Amino acid sequence: MAWFESAGLSLIVFLPAVGALALFAIPKAREDAQKWLALVTTGLTAVLAVAVAANFRYGASEKFQFEVSESWIPAIGARYHVGVDGISLPLLVLSAVVTVLAVIYSWDHWEEPRNVRGFLALMLLLATGMNGTFVALDLVLFFIFFELVLLPMYFMIGIWGDSAKRHIPVLGRTVTMRLYAAIKFFIFTLFGSAFMLLGFLALYFRSGDFLGHNTFDIPTLIALGSQNAFGSGTFAFLVFGAMFLGFAVKVPMWPFHTWLPDAHTAAPTVGSVLLAAILLKLGSYAFLRISIPILPDMAREWAPFIGLLAVIGIIYGSLACLAQTDIKRLIAFSSVGHMGFVMLGIATMTDVGFNASLIGMVAHGLITGLLFFLAGSMHHRYHTREIARLGGNQKLMPWMGGILAFTAMASLGLPGLAGFWGEFMSLLGAYRPLAGLSLSQFQTYMVIGAIGTVLTAGYMLWMLQRVNLGEPKAEWSDHEFHDVEPTEWLAWAPLIVAIVAIGVYPRIVLGATTDAVVNLARNAFGG
Amino acid sequence: MDLDYHALAPELVVAATILVVLTLDVVLSRPRKYWTAFAGVLGLAVAAVPLLTLAFGDGPETRSMLGGAYVVDGFSLVLKAVFIVGGYLVLLMSVSYIESDRYYQGEYYLLMLTSILGSLVMASSRDLITLFVGLELVTGPLFLLAGWRKGSAKSNEASLKFFILGVLSTAILLYGMSFLYGLTGSVTFEGIREAGADLLDSGAFRLAVLFTLVGFGFKVTAVPFHFWAPDTYEGAPTPVTAYLSVGSKAAGFVGLLLLCYKALPSVTEIWGPALWVLAALSMTLGNLTALRQDNVVRMLAYSSIAQGGFILVPFAAAAASNDAAVIQEAASATIVYVIIYAFMNLGAFGVVIAGARRTGSTMIDDWAGMWRYAPRLAVLGAMFFFSLAGIPPLAGWYAKFAMFLSILRPGNAWATTLAVIAAVNAVIALVYYARIAKTMWMDPVPEGATHMAEATGPLSGSLTLALGISAIFVVVAGILPFEFAGVFADLAKVVTTGI
Repeated sequence: MAWFESAGLSLIVFLPAVGALALFAIPKAREDAQKWLALVTTGLTAVLAVAVAANFRYGASEKFQFEVSESWIPAIGARYHVGVDGISLPLLVLSAVVTVLAVIYSWDHWEEPRNVRGFLALMLLLATGMNGTFVALDLVLFFIFFELVLLPMYFMIGIWGDSAKRHIPVLGRTVTMRLYAAIKFFIFTLFGSAFMLLGFLALYFRSGDFLGHNTFDIPTLIALGSQNAFGSGTFAFLVFGAMFLGFAVKVPMWPFHTWLPDAHTAAPTVGSVLLAAILLKLGSYAFLRISIPILPDMAREWAPFIGLLAVIGIIYGSLACLAQTDIKRLIAFSSVGHMGFVMLGIATMTDVGFNASLIGMVAHGLITGLLFFLAGSMHHRYHTREIARLGGNQKLMPWMGGILAFTAMASLGLPGLAGFWGEFMSLLGAYRPLAGLSLSQFQTYMVIGAIGTVLTAGYMLWMLQRVNLGEPKAEWSDHEFHDVEPTEWLAWAPLIVAIVAIGVYPRIVLGATTDAVVNLARNAFGG
Repeated sequence: MDLDYHALAPELVVAATILVVLTLDVVLSRPRKYWTAFAGVLGLAVAAVPLLTLAFGDGPETRSMLGGAYVVDGFSLVLKAVFIVGGYLVLLMSVSYIESDRYYQGEYYLLMLTSILGSLVMASSRDLITLFVGLELVTGPLFLLAGWRKGSAKSNEASLKFFILGVLSTAILLYGMSFLYGLTGSVTFEGIREAGADLLDSGAFRLAVLFTLVGFGFKVTAVPFHFWAPDTYEGAPTPVTAYLSVGSKAAGFVGLLLLCYKALPSVTEIWGPALWVLAALSMTLGNLTALRQDNVVRMLAYSSIAQGGFILVPFAAAAASNDAAVIQEAASATIVYVIIYAFMNLGAFGVVIAGARRTGSTMIDDWAGMWRYAPRLAVLGAMFFFSLAGIPPLAGWYAKFAMFLSILRPGNAWATTLAVIAAVNAVIALVYYARIAKTMWMDPVPEGATHMAEATGPLSGSLTLALGISAIFVVVAGILPFEFAGVFADLAKVVTTGI
């Protein structure tokens, strides 16, 4: 299987892009052929990703495996360098699998103006960007893939998004949500990533002082970082800050989160799912892959600040959820809170915290992905997302209501389901942060975070009560509702199984990540 | 006089083409004038052949003529290639545009080819006189071409504004050049370089350098010397505008490259800060004004001012350091940017020409919902405009990347500040580029619009070809920039040898 060792990751990255091009060889009217092509490409990609996971040497998960390093832009020493370790593997698999499920779900869920071929092509292009970001081991390559997701998502939101009008007080005018959300998403992310790029370039130039040649190679830079080569002076501060902007916007951390509720709410269902499940992880993953190992001293200095923003995000997200009347917007805001837990885990700078953030990312991907699927399907049936009008859903659609209840429980962190581990372990990590960080400060964060879990339970249960329980509204008495349909079952069942499996047996994720994050913490912070 | 005819072959072929076009124009009857277009396009294609033999043949790397005043080396070859390919694309775009409106076809191609010939001369010039002659050969025909739509008041205004400010800038440039000559006693770049180092403290010398910069500032439409550009761009026939914003602008940058790196490398403290300011102003004002435009051509005019600012950024980087490696990288960043910009901007103008034909309007709002009736055009439009915005994987990202790379290398506060200004501007630029994509893809077709129902026929073959070439370049150079980057790194060495 030598070919698989060397070509596996590249296939996972580029197969979807090839599929996107191939779609245009199929006449526009033959929608079924287009769907099958998209399904086969993403299915094959997911099979390959699972095969990578199956052939992954878990005993050496701190090492990059399936590595390929080819010359790419010799003039600047940028290489086509890809590989996976225990940190990126779960996210890569998550990304590849969720994409297939998104294709399956979209089989008979199309939003206006339909255009099946265009939508699928964008989805496949998005997959290339997402998978590529998780395997890129060169800063330039990382940057390219990180940015590659922007265009497809921009068009997805802008063309197929929600056409409702909304008054935006800051702008002083009424806007069409999809247009507003699309450009807001694009500008926020681009603003962050422009500074991120400056940070990358600064690292590139400084690396020359130690190596004799400049490099964009992430493993090489990590090796430099473990010797604290970049120090803790102004240079490191500015570089960390520049990259922080790029990653924090993507996560998104409070106060850079304002694009998120708009984008998630306005996006078509599949777009919301991919945004929530994968795109948000690009930012938090980048902290673990780039910021912390390369600039460990600065990470330690920024940690209290990152922790502070994280707990603000947790509380803010939860409170905002309590005020939402739109179910999709509620789920969107819940992401702010959940990603707050992920970032709190990272801010502790310990292996426990890193593990918490990784399992939190995977769990959030599965759970919030499923929640957005559900919100989309319910909108499809009720033609409204008003929580106040949805009451009694359980009676109208028992299965749908049941899955919603299950997912909401998982989201609020019920033990035994996937969401529990991320929250629990990140609070645990905050109880005992990295030596040298203020214990009292992080324990305060822990307490605030714990309050956040209560609030999370509060808004989720309240949402459930308003949506699922009670009697159906009179306006639905003449309607006939189809409960969960076959394509929906196909798309959701794997998610449900994974949520239970990880909840019961978190080693599915932690088995891959533990050695890698222990190694990361040791190299970065010693001991 | 000892002329190397092989080295001069591209210029000679273009000159011969000009004569052929002139003859054909006289000989052919009116309905058959389109042969002049054919001759022009063919001539430019042929002119590319000696470029290849020069670049990849066995001959000497540098061929010097006329006492070092005219040099054909790697640097001039690659720029000539840009001018010829760019000119080729412009001619392709012109064919149906000029034909459909019954303009004077023969004269049009004659003037366009003359301007291209001028840019070829500029790329090889190594003294002030040749540079000046080349520059005037580029600009002169454009005064006429800008006013080509004789019946249109706007076109006349375009031509007149361009002419008056062009002449003014020429006068300033020439005045500065005369000072340079007077103070250094030399017209060759080499002579100026040698004598210039001792004149650093001379006020007159400073003035001379600044005057020449101002002169070229007009040509590259750097703020605050940009006033003519939006009106001229809007009024001129669109293919001419495309040429103005790419060919003639690139020619201006070639002049700046030669002047700064070849003639005045020892006085970076004079031109460095000046170009820093021009770059910052051009990026910022160009972008902010572009945000407010409703006409796609005017928007592209301001966008090209802003892009000019990005192209100027590496000059400031070069001036911030005495390190040869930094200067080389800066020169190569400018060249890389100019080349990528040429293709994506020509592509954007190709889309404008096609879109205006389809909708009968260059107002952005009239293009709403274009993907419904012209999906391919809408795809191309999104591609070129997002490439201009620098979004990977389209070629524009590498241009911006090379620019950032060069400006961050010196590592001092001024350079870093400019990098931050450029980064913010890259984000601002996205807003107006995305607006066009938004209009074409996300807005509903305007009510009462009839243009999508009636078939205007397929795009002309030549315009399709031009769009295709640009599109392929924008995608391939974006994904695999290495070929280009490698070549340009070598060329930059050539530009900056002797520093």
